[in-house]
Amino acid sequence: MVMEIVCPAGTPAALRAAVKAGAHTVYCGFNDETNARNFPGLNFDRSEMRAGIAFAHAHGAKVLVAINTFPRAGEQTLWHRAIADAHHAGADAVILADAGLLAHAARMHPDLRLHLSVQAAAANADIINYYAEVFGVKRVVLPRVLSVPEIAAINAETGVETEVFVFGGLCVMAEGRCSLSSYATGLSPNMNGVCSPASHVDYHDDGGVLDARLGGYTIHRTAKNAPAPYPTLCKGCFSAGEKTGHLFEDPVSLNAEALIPQLLKAGVTALKIEGRQRSKSYVAQVVGNFRAAVDALAEGRPMPKGMLTRLSEGQAMTTGAYRKTWR
Amino acid sequence: MELTIGPNQFFWSAEKWSAFYQDLASAPVERVVLGELICSKRLPFFQDRIPDAVTMLLEAGKEVALTSLALVTLKRERKQTAALAEMGLCIEVNDLSVLPHLPKGAPFWVGPLINVYNEGTLAWLAGLGATRVCLPPELPLASVATLARAAADLGVAIEVWGHGRLPLAISGRCYHARLHNRSKDNCQFACEDDPDGLEVRTINHQPFMAMNGVQTLSDSYACTDHQIELLAEAGVSALRLSPQSQGFLTICQAYRDRLDGRLPEGGIAAAARDLAPEVRLSDGFLTGESGVAWSGSAPAKTTV
Repeated sequence: MVMEIVCPAGTPAALRAAVKAGAHTVYCGFNDETNARNFPGLNFDRSEMRAGIAFAHAHGAKVLVAINTFPRAGEQTLWHRAIADAHHAGADAVILADAGLLAHAARMHPDLRLHLSVQAAAANADIINYYAEVFGVKRVVLPRVLSVPEIAAINAETGVETEVFVFGGLCVMAEGRCSLSSYATGLSPNMNGVCSPASHVDYHDDGGVLDARLGGYTIHRTAKNAPAPYPTLCKGCFSAGEKTGHLFEDPVSLNAEALIPQLLKAGVTALKIEGRQRSKSYVAQVVGNFRAAVDALAEGRPMPKGMLTRLSEGQAMTTGAYRKTWR
Repeated sequence: MELTIGPNQFFWSAEKWSAFYQDLASAPVERVVLGELICSKRLPFFQDRIPDAVTMLLEAGKEVALTSLALVTLKRERKQTAALAEMGLCIEVNDLSVLPHLPKGAPFWVGPLINVYNEGTLAWLAGLGATRVCLPPELPLASVATLARAAADLGVAIEVWGHGRLPLAISGRCYHARLHNRSKDNCQFACEDDPDGLEVRTINHQPFMAMNGVQTLSDSYACTDHQIELLAEAGVSALRLSPQSQGFLTICQAYRDRLDGRLPEGGIAAAARDLAPEVRLSDGFLTGESGVAWSGSAPAKTTV
C-alpha cells in the first residue's frame, strides 16, 4: 500500500502545483476565519474552491477542506455555511475540530466524510473511537505530541485512519489547547485562525542587537546582521530559574522523512505536510520528495535520503516527539 | 454569583495538600473541584488523601467534583481516567477522553480546558449530561454573555475563570524536566520546588509566563474585580478561583465580600496586592485588547 501524501495549498496555484507534483490529496480552506491559516492573501473564495476541487478530481487527486477553528458564539452560521459550501463544491472530506460543528455536520451532511483536525488534540484510542462512534469520523490527524510507539498503539486499537504531520511547522503544545498567542496579542489559533500573528510583530534595534518582539514581548534577540527567526511564541528565548534559552522548544521545524518506514509499520494511513502559507514552488518540491519516498517504500526500493534539509530556510530540523526523546 | 474552587494546578506536598483542603472547608465558597489535573505522575503522592478531603468538604456543605487529567495519552492515564468515572462522584471533564467512560446520562461538569466556544458545543455537552461548564479563559465577555443565555435554556450553569494564573497551554513535553536537563520519565519531580509555578521572563527581564511541568500559565494572576457586575448581568452563575499556595483564603473572602457588597470595586485587587505587592493582575481576555491587559482602577471598558 502506498502511503497517502496530504499536501497544503494556500492558493489555487499551489493546489495545481501540488497535484501536478504528485500529491494524492490536497487540503485547503476558505478565505475567512473558519480555517486555522487565516492569513491575508491566502486561501480560497467559493468559486476558486469549486474550480480547485474540479481540477484535483480531473487529475485523480482528492481535496480536503479545513474548517478547523472553533466557531464564535452567536456566529456559528459562518462555519455552518462553510461546511455546506465545501460539501456542495465536491470536497472529499472536511477537517473539523469543534465538537458542536462535528455534531452539526453529522446531522446536516450525513454523507460528507469527516476528518478530525489536529486542533481537536485527540491523543488516545478511547477518544478517537468515541469521535468515530458519535460523529462517524473516518480519519484523525494526530497531535504532534505522540511518539511512534504511541501512534502504533493507537492504530492497534482503532479502525479510524490516522494521518500524521511529517514536515513543516511544529507545535510543542497540544494543538487547539493553547492560548499563549491570545494572551500576548489578543488573537489565537482557536478563535482567529492565527498564532503569533505578523500584525503584532515588530523589530526593535537596541544598540547593536535586534529584538524580535510579539505583542511587545521580546521573543528573540540576535546580533544586528544575523538572521532573525520569526518570533513564534513557544520557540522564543526566555529565562527561568538559572537558565536562559529556548525553554519550550528550539526554533526548529519538523522533518520526519527518515521515520516514514516506521510510520508505515505503525499503521499510519496518510502523511501530512504543514504549510498552507508556503509558496507553490516550496509545496511542489516537498510533495515531489515525499511522493518519491512513499513510492520507493511501496516498491521495496531504498528511500532517497536527506532530500529536504535545504527547504527548511536555515532552520534546524527535528523529528519532534516521534522519537521518544521528549519522554 | 457563587464561588467555585478549581483543582490545584501545582504539585504540593501531601501535607500541604491536606491542610489546604482542611482550611477550604470553612471558606465562604459553594463548591470545590479537586484531584490531579496536570500530571499523572503526581497523583500517587496524595491519591489516598482524596477520599477524606471529599468527605470533609461534603460535610462542610460544599458541592464536590473530581477533575480528570488535562491531557490523557499513556495507557496508565487512560486506566486512571476510566477508574475516575467509576468512583460514583461527580466528574469535572478536562479532557474529552473521559466522555466514553461516563455512565450514560449521569450529570457531569465541564472544566475550563475543554473547548466550549459556541452554542453548538454547549448544547452537545448538555445533551450528554453536562450541568455546569467553566468556559475557556480566553473567551471575551460578548461570547460569555451569548453562551450564558444559551446555557440558561439548556439548564446548564456557566462559570468563568475568576482568579489565578491562567492555564495557557498543555504539552506532551515537561518543561520543568527540560529545564533541569532531565527526561519526563526521569523528572525527579522538579516542579515540586515551585508551588505557584516557575516564573518565565523574556530575555530583557519582562515577566511573561510561568511553567508548571507540562503546563504553561500566565505570569499574571487573572482577576475579575472589575468585571463582576458585567458577568452577573451576563448571567454567569459562578466565578472560579484557582488555588495558590499563599493567602488563598484571603482571596476567597475578598471575592465573597465583593459579591455580597461588603467590598467596593478595586477591593479584590487591593487584597491581592496586600498579599503580594509585586503581583501582576490581568483581565484582558474578558474586556481588553489581549489576555495580559489589566483595566486597573479605571472602569471596565466593555459592556455586554
